[in-house]
Amino acid sequence: MAAEIKRRKILVLGATSALGYEALKHFAKDGDQFFLVARNPKRLETVADDLKVRGAGKVETLQADFNDFDRHPKLIAQAVSALGGLTTVLIAHGLLPDQGACQKDYALTEEALRVNFLSEVSLLTIIANQFEEQKQGEIAVITSVAGDRGRASSYVYASAKAALDTFLSGLRNRLAKSNVQVLTIKPGLIETPMTANLERKPLIVKPTGVGRDIYKAILKKKEVLYTPWWWRIIMAVLVCIPEKIFKRTNL
Amino acid sequence: MFHTKAYLRNQYECWGRVFRFEHGIEPVFWRDEAPKLESLPGPLLPYGMGRSYGDVCLNSGGVLLDTSYLNHFLTFDPQTGLLRCEAGVTLFEILDQFVPEGWFLPVTPGTKYVTVGGAIANDVHGKNHHVGGTFGCHVKRLELLRSSGERFLCSAEENAEMFRATIGGLGLTGLILWADIQLKKIEGPWIHMETEKFSNLDEFFGITEASDEAFELTAAWIDCATQTRGFQRGIVIRGNYGHEGAHKKSARAKGPRVAVPFDLPGFCMNRTVLRMFNAVYAGKQRKKRETGRVHYESFFYPLDILGNWNRLYGKKGFYQYQCMVTDDKKHSGCKALMKKVSDRRMDSFLAVLKKCGPIKSPGLLSFPREGIAVAMDFPNGGEKLLKFFKELDAIVQDYDGCVNLSKDARMPPESFKVFYPQWENFGKLKDPKFSSSFWRRVTGEAG
Repeated sequence: MAAEIKRRKILVLGATSALGYEALKHFAKDGDQFFLVARNPKRLETVADDLKVRGAGKVETLQADFNDFDRHPKLIAQAVSALGGLTTVLIAHGLLPDQGACQKDYALTEEALRVNFLSEVSLLTIIANQFEEQKQGEIAVITSVAGDRGRASSYVYASAKAALDTFLSGLRNRLAKSNVQVLTIKPGLIETPMTANLERKPLIVKPTGVGRDIYKAILKKKEVLYTPWWWRIIMAVLVCIPEKIFKRTNL
Repeated sequence: MFHTKAYLRNQYECWGRVFRFEHGIEPVFWRDEAPKLESLPGPLLPYGMGRSYGDVCLNSGGVLLDTSYLNHFLTFDPQTGLLRCEAGVTLFEILDQFVPEGWFLPVTPGTKYVTVGGAIANDVHGKNHHVGGTFGCHVKRLELLRSSGERFLCSAEENAEMFRATIGGLGLTGLILWADIQLKKIEGPWIHMETEKFSNLDEFFGITEASDEAFELTAAWIDCATQTRGFQRGIVIRGNYGHEGAHKKSARAKGPRVAVPFDLPGFCMNRTVLRMFNAVYAGKQRKKRETGRVHYESFFYPLDILGNWNRLYGKKGFYQYQCMVTDDKKHSGCKALMKKVSDRRMDSFLAVLKKCGPIKSPGLLSFPREGIAVAMDFPNGGEKLLKFFKELDAIVQDYDGCVNLSKDARMPPESFKVFYPQWENFGKLKDPKFSSSFWRRVTGEAG
């Protein structure tokens, strides 16, 4: 067993995402340090102020667009120098594209894949190498239960998340011997700005409990987290349905 | 975007659940990017935790502005205890964060599952009213977003009229974005509690009078069910904040231990069950007086342990009648109320008495004033119950009292106008685009 991480130094990509923020609240209480990255500076400030009140040891912010891949190495270097190293990375950014629009226009599909898969891969490539070298670290990435099976209503988004799931599972395998945790977080349908425009919202829940689940999963060194828990069962059933039947369903 | 149906069935309802309405839902995700209120159709009303018993938190056919995402702390001064937080922050979160740091809410109602915005809009009060006043007395400043798109900073000094109207303003003056709350210094999460039994109202008043000076926190539980048999039993519960510190963990707030998973059949809350419940509660205390040290959770929020306890009353829901009557030497107002309850053989599951003090709230429409507050829960009993409430209204009127709007689901417009003669003044400060089912019901204003 390696030494337990006492005070975390957390890099958060997509710090203003509802799920990311809910998880950060718990870390702030522990007095952890944060380097928050997001696109909207005012939201970033709101989250930073909040974490400070909640007890965060240190909060640094950086406004950045994750689609600017060239900036990724510098961005991570900035985080490392601001916090004096990193123990933990939480990737929470993402975008729910309009499936209908993506079907008509490949450019939109490509953009969705860039935001939901390629930008994560670019960032993780750098982070993985660093953590592998320092032989310690926690990587947590928010994907989605949607990635477990493609459905007509959301397969562009789902395929990006599925690709990310597979990437993470491989990364976990590689980094296991370097004592680096890789956590795949698979939330179900959560009431956030991202899902505000959806038509159907079966079993939707508020993000508070999801944040607590993420926090606990990182502490417990879990590999894959379905949250809320019942999505593990739902998806387990869903993936069992043969394609012959599944293709006729309307889910 | 809105007019999507409520996400979960029955999610946007009031606590008493005698109403079920369809709403459009417009979540407010960030305070700097609030939705363009002007362009939303229909009347608007902020919605927090839905803990108001009646329709002050509902807006049938209109839009509810869901404030649950406005849940960020902005600043906290550990020297003075002044907290600035967004309006959707719950009292639970404030306790969870600040009790371990040695700060408590200046005033708290009987549940911690309310938002700061809701506590201001209903100008809630609690066991310390006789020394602490209402929640609104501790709000130093707030920012209000009006449907015109204007933002007002309100305090006793700036936009003072708007400030007074917003405290206890039932969410009708606009959307509160954040507020400055003065927290209260404490030394630990413990309360030194003392309970004392009484067997008639005179005894209750005697104990209360003696308690109010020595205790910061007082309230009484009264067993209405025994009144019909000629006596009134009850327990005065009082306490002071303790001086002992605690481990960080025990100071943290606790979530509900169990929750009622579904609506119980309506007949479950019948007279026999009620009598048994009250007998057990009264019988728990053997001695005339008991003392002990308890956690603030069990002192202030005994019902929060049971999540969704409103489901115990079944699908038809329940009413809470809370009124205030002025007090005199003979305590005739309170006695007249209690007599009416026993004459009509109306049993209440939970009846609470509280002597409120002279501290005036800045709020224009606030409920608490000096006198005795009586709160009683009744399962929805249809016409018969509503007729009984009207009889109570008459007594309240005789004793210069008023009925609490945040608990109300039935007040006739005439009574509202008598209890709150300042309502017309308030109407001028109300946001023209904000309204609620309650407001339309008691003023006859069109939606």
